[in-house]
Amino acid sequence: MNLHEYQARDILRTHGIPVPPGEVATTPGEARAIAERLGGKVVVKAQVHAGGRGKAGGVKLAKSAAEAEAHAKAILGMKIKGLTVQKVLVAPAAEIATESYVGFIVDRASQRPVLIVSPAGGIDIEEVAAKAPEKIHRLAVDPRYGLLPHQALTLGFTLYRDVKQARAAADIMQKLYGVVYAVGASLVEINPLVTTPNGSVQTLDAKIVIDDNELERRPEIAALRDVSAEAPEEVAARAAGLTFIKLDGDVGCCVNGAGLAMATMDLVKYYGGEPANFLDIGGSSNPQKVVAALRIMTSDPRVKVILFNIFGGITRGDDVANGIVQATKEFPLKVPIVIRLTGTNEGEGIAILERAGFSALTDMDAAVKQAVALAKPKAA
Amino acid sequence: MSVFIDQSTRLVVQGITGRDGSFHAKQMIDYGTKVVAGVTPGKGGQRFEGAVPVFNTVAEAVHATEANTSVIYVPAAVAASAIFEAADSGIGLIICITEGIPVLDMTRVLPFIHERGARLIGPNCPGLISPDKSKVGIIPGNICKPGKIGVVSRSGTLTYEIVHQLSTNGMGQSTCVGIGGDPLIGTSFIHCLAAFEADPQTAAIVMIGEIGGTDEQQAAEFVKEKVKKPVVGFIAGQTAPPGRRMGHAGAIISGSSGTAADKMAALAKAGISVMKRPADVVPLLKERM
Repeated sequence: MNLHEYQARDILRTHGIPVPPGEVATTPGEARAIAERLGGKVVVKAQVHAGGRGKAGGVKLAKSAAEAEAHAKAILGMKIKGLTVQKVLVAPAAEIATESYVGFIVDRASQRPVLIVSPAGGIDIEEVAAKAPEKIHRLAVDPRYGLLPHQALTLGFTLYRDVKQARAAADIMQKLYGVVYAVGASLVEINPLVTTPNGSVQTLDAKIVIDDNELERRPEIAALRDVSAEAPEEVAARAAGLTFIKLDGDVGCCVNGAGLAMATMDLVKYYGGEPANFLDIGGSSNPQKVVAALRIMTSDPRVKVILFNIFGGITRGDDVANGIVQATKEFPLKVPIVIRLTGTNEGEGIAILERAGFSALTDMDAAVKQAVALAKPKAA
Repeated sequence: MSVFIDQSTRLVVQGITGRDGSFHAKQMIDYGTKVVAGVTPGKGGQRFEGAVPVFNTVAEAVHATEANTSVIYVPAAVAASAIFEAADSGIGLIICITEGIPVLDMTRVLPFIHERGARLIGPNCPGLISPDKSKVGIIPGNICKPGKIGVVSRSGTLTYEIVHQLSTNGMGQSTCVGIGGDPLIGTSFIHCLAAFEADPQTAAIVMIGEIGGTDEQQAAEFVKEKVKKPVVGFIAGQTAPPGRRMGHAGAIISGSSGTAADKMAALAKAGISVMKRPADVVPLLKERM
């Protein structure tokens, strides 16, 4: 789960990391009032779950409260990477002397939280990583001992020569490590970490991604989810216990298991089609999940055919078949459906489908070929 | 022979009285796996299916039954604790089926089990099966046949698909191992490739990877240096959307190396025959054997 910048800033501030003031506005008038409180010179920043906000025109400097109001008016309602901006953060415009990068990510290779630090922070940090890797410093932290003071200070000195600033950065790194485990984050980053002309070290922008598996035991973090900032189909899918990612094609895919779902999408492409989505109904699927999956796919006007690829293990063929039949009683499918069903309770499942007038295939290639053919416009 | 499990496997089922645990314990017993004990705190003294003794702790189960392998079906919130307990009780091989364990829990579990010399397979995996000898986990026994192909995979149902292709075309398996789809797992491709290379029953290896991380690239390097047996590979996610970025840090750590294209190129470069689709597995193996 992604947090907004303003939510990430609040969390960092709670953990004692220096973050400049700033407030969230949902209307231009609110933005103006906040700007007035902050002394007029502010930055107005779109709060959306998308990178490249600045390049998209979603971050603007204002010299006065009136200008802040005008910028908020332009930014609120703007679309960035398909997401509508509904909130802006209004924060004092800081004078910046240097920009650095500090972040933690849980790294697969070392199986540890890795601290990444660079004196070349800012929007081009990925380019720096690719072109000047010597400017990126990493440390895999041993979770048994945490980030040790000398480790943090050593990295602090890669950012600043001044011992006070290096210590300030080290303190931020240690607190940031605490944030990772305190909120269940798979990513926490400060970019940029800035120094101001008077020498203080400050967080200018922050990003936190929460591991979805943490949400059940952290209701206070789960409550930070901003459903209005997410695609509606994905919200509906999550509520139904499905994993759904919308794509641009016209073959709706409904599969059990993420690996098989990806392999099915790949096979659709292999036979000349385009998948409309990734949809994993998961392990012990009950019929209601299948109904929800069909409801989501049929509500997409671009879907021309629906393809089921089910290899039953924990998932039972009869559950899936019952779900498909149940769905047809609740709403029209509108498009043809191709069903591949094999594995656990395959016989029972196929019998249920056939009684309801459907046919089922047992071979994955045959089913995908048929679905792709049905999605193609009919030859005149 | 086979790898990791065989007739000498003495299994304790953690969470044996739960919904998934009881269902799959029964399936494993029916398959012929030596299920010697179950563990559910508070239910010690009971018997599962009238036969398998249930204990309150793994340590008691090991003491009473000489269990050497554990399989975990407990809920995600307590799964890390179950792994710690198994390793602390002297279990040498721990298979964690549970899905949804917070990744930060695994950052603490993995050093602990390494220190105790235990091997963890998973979490979020279907387990493993050495056909006609032992099955630990949830892989359907009826789709597997004994033979000489070693299968290692990050996926669950995609593994079933490919094993099904093998079995229906007369290619049995020595062992099929599902290593799990989570970012942090106990057993990597490399561990399994090394085990298959050393196993006299295994004549060829199928590895099934997917997008994300760089485990497949490391496996490819290992195959190039250390594996003499033919290897056939598949990578799922060629059409997966590039989104779902993990901020800048994800890109700094992995660059473009997590993509299917990059992984397929690494496999091919290491002399692994790369499938374009699951149905290619049989023809490619025939070509290589």
